[in-house]
Amino acid sequence: MTKSPEQLEQELKRRSKAAKLEIWGRVVSFSALILIVAVVVAIIGFVASKGLATFTTNHVNLWDFLSGKNWNPSLTDAHGKPEVGALSMIVGSFLITVLSAIVATPFAIGTAVFMNEISPNRGAKILQPVTELLVGIPSVVYGFIGLSVVVPFTRSVFGGSGFGILSGTCVLFVMILPTVTSMSADALRAVPRYYREASLALGATQWQTIYKVVLRAATPGLMTAVVFGMARAFGEALAVQMVIGNAALMPHSLVDPAATLTSVLTTGIGNTVMGSLQNNALWSLALVLLLMSLVFNLIIRLIGRKGRLQ
Amino acid sequence: MTKRRWLQGLLLMILVALGIFAYQTRQASQAGGSITAVGSTALQPLVEAAGEQYTADHLGTFINVQGGGTGTGLSQIQEGAVQIGDSDLFAAEQKGIRAKGLVDHRVAVVGITPIVNRKNGITRLTTKQLTAVFTGQVTNWKQVGGKDLPIVLINRAQGSGTRATFEQFGIAGHQAKTAQEQDSSGMVRQIVQTTPGAISYVAFSYVTKAVQAVSLNGVAPTEDNVVTNRWKIWSYEHLYTKGQPTGLTKDFIAYVQSPTIQKTLVRQLGYLSPSQMHVTRDVNGQVTPIGGTHS
Repeated sequence: MTKSPEQLEQELKRRSKAAKLEIWGRVVSFSALILIVAVVVAIIGFVASKGLATFTTNHVNLWDFLSGKNWNPSLTDAHGKPEVGALSMIVGSFLITVLSAIVATPFAIGTAVFMNEISPNRGAKILQPVTELLVGIPSVVYGFIGLSVVVPFTRSVFGGSGFGILSGTCVLFVMILPTVTSMSADALRAVPRYYREASLALGATQWQTIYKVVLRAATPGLMTAVVFGMARAFGEALAVQMVIGNAALMPHSLVDPAATLTSVLTTGIGNTVMGSLQNNALWSLALVLLLMSLVFNLIIRLIGRKGRLQ
Repeated sequence: MTKRRWLQGLLLMILVALGIFAYQTRQASQAGGSITAVGSTALQPLVEAAGEQYTADHLGTFINVQGGGTGTGLSQIQEGAVQIGDSDLFAAEQKGIRAKGLVDHRVAVVGITPIVNRKNGITRLTTKQLTAVFTGQVTNWKQVGGKDLPIVLINRAQGSGTRATFEQFGIAGHQAKTAQEQDSSGMVRQIVQTTPGAISYVAFSYVTKAVQAVSLNGVAPTEDNVVTNRWKIWSYEHLYTKGQPTGLTKDFIAYVQSPTIQKTLVRQLGYLSPSQMHVTRDVNGQVTPIGGTHS
């Protein structure tokens, strides 16, 4: 059967099935992207508009908010200004984040080294599933264990109520450990094999190779892992809220009750009325939280870029 | 290819089933057979239980009960987003709420008592001592007749109805010192039970043998004392509606206030019924005896 030239031309000019599928695929993935971007923009916009209302409609001084130590949104101080000093919570959040990262990092890097360098076989068989399991445990479970094990323990050792930054650090350290571990392992895995081979060929022992070559080469990746863990610790609410005691006071010791931005948010939001100063002040805390996680993201990007240049 | 067809068919069927389900529920809510009550977690068990009984008796109705806190309940009812707002406080007491236009339906009375850890060696205090404890003037239990133990204050979250009631009637309107805050009564009891030196306050229904309820000025925290207002720390539980309730909302509130519920559920869940009270109290804390029921 021969086709007329017109028929042939039409057939060639028509879009093939594969081309149609390609357009369809592009449309689907592009609209998914648009949706996600829209959601992110909407969330940031909403939190910002609510959080800034404290400063625009309620005329709270931004500096008073960031540096004040008294958090009592329903009361006013001697000058008739509402007591919305968030410093104690900001300090609490940073303290608990940094401390848990400091505790978690050696464990995480040690585990990653064992999994990658010392015993890849056993590491892959036992440690990998265990860390993955730790990721899957819901934060409320961590909080509950913290409440029934860690808090009584710190109470019996240090006295007081047992609630405080120390208990929070213990819980958070276990929570961020798997994240930091698996990202550290990825960073070590990315170190090219010939680095190790060259080092060993020069007569270095395995420990020397790990310490002087692999860990140095993987430093940017390891730092990214730690900052990522910190970002997670900073935003964690439920587990921390259950063990930190939620006292909006400047922390004087690690075993006194303190508060983080997230713990004050979760305890307070149900007891305030939309649009009131008390509610807006909580949104301002949420805004601080959001900005901080953006900062963490920026740091991660910066480290990543620096690592690539080297 | 056949497997893919089969999967697509399954997906389609699930979608259709969901659509039918959604359509059905839409019908129910459009028919006015469904109302939503939101707010106080302290009142939630009562409204939930009453709602279940009501829907069991009146087929085709649905009472949707959600927590969220007193603040949420009052702001939602003010915006008209729900039919009933549950509150531990008078609407006028909550900041940011315009009480005008909201109609108060009192459905229960709840007594609140200070509780302490059993190791503190405290069973009675005066209001003055209690105030000193909660404002931080006193920091060791031996200063108020207990053992040599540092005082550990535990507050409910700011804006909590229990806290507001306690501060108003328990410590004479003072603001409790900033200390630990917990957002539920169960958690508070748990902490007081396990922490030597701890003191906090909970509703009567949360008091167990594991914690020590404290007598104030020689008055024990009992229901009989609440009824006569000899025990001052108590509050009403309110259901708020925007304007006078109509339809199912009206029927349901009448049902909660009816003697059947007031004598059974309300008592079982550890509340008192407003009809038992020998006094009433208004939003300013003004107490008036109810005529004819002196004791």
